[in-house]
Amino acid sequence: MKWGVVRFPGSLDDGDALHALADVMGQDARILWHKDESLGGVECILLPGGFSYGDYLRTGAIARFSPIMKSVAKFAGDGGLVIGTCNGFQILCEAHLLPGALTRNRSLSFICQRVFLRVENASTPFTRATKQGDLLQLPIKHGEGLYVAPEDELRQMEERGQVILRYVDADGRESDHANPNGSMRAIAGVANERFNVFGLMPHPEHAVESMLGGTDGLKIFQSIAGSAR
Amino acid sequence: MSERPVSLAGEPKADVEQARAFGLTPDEYRKIEQIIGRTPTYTELGVFSVMWSEHCSYKSSRIHLRKLPSKSELVVQGPGENAGAIDVGDGWAAVFKIESHNHPSFVEPYQGAATGVGGILRDIFTMGARPVASMNSLKFGSFDHPRTRYLLGGVVGGIGGYGNCVGVPTVAGEVMFDAAYDANILVNAFCLGLVRKGEMMSAKARGVGNPVLYVGSATGRDGIHGASMASAEFDKESEAKRPAVQVGDPFTEKLLIEACLEAGKTGAIVAIQDMGAAGLTSSSSEMPSHGGLGIELDLDKVPLREANLTPYEILLSESQERMLIVAERGRESELQSVFEKWDLHAVVIGRITDDRRWRARWHGQVVADIPIGALANDAPLYDRPAAAHKTQPSVNTSIAKHPELSKALRALLDSPNIASKKWVYRQYDSLVLSNTVLGPGSDAAVLRIKNSKRAMALKVDSNPRACALDPYIGAVGVVCEAARNVACAGARPVGITNCLNYGNPERPEVMWQFVRGVEGLRDASLAFGAPVVSGNVSFYNETEGHAIPPTPTIAVLGVMSDVAKHVTQFFKNPGDAIAIVRTGKPSLAASEYSALFQIDGGSLNPIELAREAALIDGLVEGCEQGLIRSAHDIAEGGLAVALAEACFNPRAILGAEVELGRAGNADAVDFFGEGASTVILSISPGDVARVEKLFAGRGLEFAVVGKVIADPRLKIGSLDEDVSELQRIYEDAIPRRLRGGD
Repeated sequence: MKWGVVRFPGSLDDGDALHALADVMGQDARILWHKDESLGGVECILLPGGFSYGDYLRTGAIARFSPIMKSVAKFAGDGGLVIGTCNGFQILCEAHLLPGALTRNRSLSFICQRVFLRVENASTPFTRATKQGDLLQLPIKHGEGLYVAPEDELRQMEERGQVILRYVDADGRESDHANPNGSMRAIAGVANERFNVFGLMPHPEHAVESMLGGTDGLKIFQSIAGSAR
Repeated sequence: MSERPVSLAGEPKADVEQARAFGLTPDEYRKIEQIIGRTPTYTELGVFSVMWSEHCSYKSSRIHLRKLPSKSELVVQGPGENAGAIDVGDGWAAVFKIESHNHPSFVEPYQGAATGVGGILRDIFTMGARPVASMNSLKFGSFDHPRTRYLLGGVVGGIGGYGNCVGVPTVAGEVMFDAAYDANILVNAFCLGLVRKGEMMSAKARGVGNPVLYVGSATGRDGIHGASMASAEFDKESEAKRPAVQVGDPFTEKLLIEACLEAGKTGAIVAIQDMGAAGLTSSSSEMPSHGGLGIELDLDKVPLREANLTPYEILLSESQERMLIVAERGRESELQSVFEKWDLHAVVIGRITDDRRWRARWHGQVVADIPIGALANDAPLYDRPAAAHKTQPSVNTSIAKHPELSKALRALLDSPNIASKKWVYRQYDSLVLSNTVLGPGSDAAVLRIKNSKRAMALKVDSNPRACALDPYIGAVGVVCEAARNVACAGARPVGITNCLNYGNPERPEVMWQFVRGVEGLRDASLAFGAPVVSGNVSFYNETEGHAIPPTPTIAVLGVMSDVAKHVTQFFKNPGDAIAIVRTGKPSLAASEYSALFQIDGGSLNPIELAREAALIDGLVEGCEQGLIRSAHDIAEGGLAVALAEACFNPRAILGAEVELGRAGNADAVDFFGEGASTVILSISPGDVARVEKLFAGRGLEFAVVGKVIADPRLKIGSLDEDVSELQRIYEDAIPRRLRGGD
C-alpha cells in the first residue's frame, strides 16, 4: 500500500510514522510536504503527532489551512483513507473531517504514558485486524486530548458505531481512573460517518516494536494495509 | 582608515562607575582602557562586561578545568567546541553536553527552564548532530518552603513545554528537594545528539571575505545582560531581574533544528554557533577568534522585533532561537533557500576579515572596534585563593534515637527525594524519535541506535550532601554512581559531561570546594577511562551570603554492543537468587536516612577507585554474557529502599526474601546505609557460581542474600512488608504533597 505522511512545520512524530510503516512494516511510505498540494497517488494519508505551527493558537487550528489540507479534504471526500494520530486527530477535527473537538486535559498537564484501549467497532478499515472488545496497549502523549462533542452528536455517533476506541483499564473496564485526560465517554478514537477518516489520540506508530515496549500499534496499520482498494 | 568608534547621543558615560554597574571591577575597567588605548564607547563597555562575565569567560574556573582528562581513543571532539563528541560505533558520534540555567529559572521558572532546554539543544545541533535525547537535574528547596511548589510546577512545565514541542525525548533525570536550595534552585539541562563521524560542523571561522549569516528569530529586548545576571549573587532585588530572562519559542527551535541540519548537508557552512549567552556578541567574536580572524558586522541588517533598538541592545540581546553562520563565499543563496523553505530569516549581516578586530557599524558609524582576542581567548584569568573551611559544618545530633525499621522504610519511601518522580516525568514526551528502550524511572535510560545493534545508556547524578561533607570524595562518588548506573544497564561508561554548580568563587572556601570537586572529577574520570568532553560552570549560586552546597552534576554516556543484552533494575522471576556486590561498607554519612531523622551520619568513607572500576567491569561483562537478570544500584535510602524498588516491576510486582548475614542483628546502617558502591543483582540460580567468579575474581565482596518470591512481600530479616502498600506510598508521596494533603 502507498502511504503519505504529511509533514507540517512542527510535526514531530512524522519520522516515527515513516519508520513504523516503511522500516518496520515494509510499506511504501513517503513524506508529503505541507506546502504541496499533490498527494503523489497515495492510498492512505497519515497526519502525524506534534505541534503543527507551534499550536500556539489552538491545536490544529492553523494546520487546517495548509495548502495540503485542501487536497486531504478532497481525498477524504472521495472516500480515501485518512488517519490522524494525536495532533493529526486535532487537525482532522479542526478541518471538520471528524466530529467533535479536543481540549485541554483534565489534569491541565501534558501526559505521557501507556494506556489500554478497547476496540468498540472492529468492522472499520482501521480496525478490521482486531475483534470487537480487543484490548490494545498504546502510548499517549499530549496536553490536549480531552474529547468533547455535543451530547446529541455523541449519541448518534455511538449508534452509528463511530466511536472506535475507548480508554479502559487493564481488565477492559471503563473507569474514571482509566480515563487519562477526562474525555467524554472515555473516547480515544472516532471515525467519520463514512468510516474512511479515523482520528485517535494514542500513538500506534510508537507501538510497533517489542523492544520499545509493544506491538499493538501494528494492528491498526495492518488493518489499513489490508483495506487497500 | 580606521574610524574612531563613537558613543551615541543619550547613552550613559562609559566610565568606571558604569563598568561597576555592569559587574566589572575597576581593575578590569582599566585593563579595557589599556587594551583599546582609549575610553570605551558605551556599546563597547557593555560588550566587554558580558564577555568578561564569569558565565561567558570562565575567568575563575579555566585554570582548574585544564586538569580534567579530555582524551581517549573514542574522543571525536573534546572541550573547545559547542559540545564534546564520543565515537559510539558503527560510524556514529554522540555529541553531548550539560549546562546550567539556574539563575533565570529561579527568577522566572517556566521560561528559565524552557530556554535552558532550548540553549543546550542548540549547542548540540550546531555540531551537525540531530538531538535525540534530553535529561535534566533539578534541585529545589524544601517541599515545605512556600515557593517550592510554584518553582517545581514552573520548571517542570517549562522543560515539558519546550522539550515536548521540539520533538526530542526527555529520557531521564533527577529531582532533589533540600532546604539548602530554598533561595537558589538548580536547573541543569543535558542534551545528546547523533552525527555521522566526519559530518560534524565546527564553530571555528575561516576564509577572509566569507559572509556571516544571521538565521532564526528576530532580535528583541529580552535577556539583555542575562549572562551578567548569571554571574552575580541574588539579593532582595532579584525579582526585578525578570526582564533579563529570555522567552522561548520551541516551534521556531524545531524549524531551526531541521533547517540547520538540512543546511549542513549543503556543505556551504564553514562555521556555525548559537547566539546563546551574550547573544550576537559572543557568537560573532568567538567564531573568528578561534580561527585567528576578525569580523565586521552591519547592525542595520539584523532582523529586529521592534524598530528602535540601540546597537548596545542588539549586541547584548539574548533573544532565543538564533544562530550565526559563516558561509562559503558565493554560496549564501543555497543556505538562504533552505532557511526560506522553513520560513526562517537568513540575512547576511557581516563578513570575516583578516585584521583580528571585532568591529560593528550602525547607522553609518562605527560603534565598537575591539581587538577580537580581548573578547574571547584573552579575557581575564584568575587564580583565586582557595582555603578549606576552618570548621567542618556541624551535624545535627539532636535526635540520636533510631526509628523502628518498618516506620523508617515507609518514611523513606515517602520522602520526595526517594519517592517516584512519575508526577514529573509523566509530563515529558519520552518516546518521540522511537529510540527509547528504557525511559524515565529506571537506573539509566537506554537508547537504541537505529540500523545498528548498539545502544547508549545515559545517567545524570549528583550528591550535594556528600559534597558538603567532603567536596573531593563527594565528587568522586558522584562520578562512580553515574558510571555504575550506566553499567547496571549493561553499558560501558565512555564519556562524561559536567555542570559544576557552586557559590561565589571570590570566597576562598567556595573556591576550595570547587578545586577539590574538579580534582575528584579528574581522578574518577581517569579511573574509568571516561574523559570529560564538555561541561559548564555555574558560580554565584548564593543569596545574601548563603551558598548552595557544592553540587557537581555529572552525566555519563555508556555504550553497549548489543541492545538486546540491556538489563533493568526490576526483579524478573520468582526463584532467582538475590545477590549483593559491593566495594566497601555502607555508612549513614550524607544519607537520606540521617537527613530525614536528623541523625549524625559521621564522615564519608574513602573511595577506592580501582575497586569501583572493577565493579563496573564485572557488571558490564555479566550483562554482556547474559548472566544478570536485573541490576539495581543502591542509592538514597540504602539497601531496603533499593530492594523495594526492584520489586516494583511495572509488568507485575514481585517480592523478595533477604537475610542480612547477622540475622536479627542487622541495624540501620545495613538497611539504610549509603556511600559504598553496592549493586543488587538477581540471577538465575544456575548462573550464580559464574557471576560470583566475575566479581570475587576481581576482589569484590559478593554474597547471595536471598531470593525473589512470587508473593509480593518484602522480607528482610524481621521486617515483613506488603510490597503493593510500599509502592502506594512510593507512588503517592509527591502527588499527595501537591494536592496539599500534607
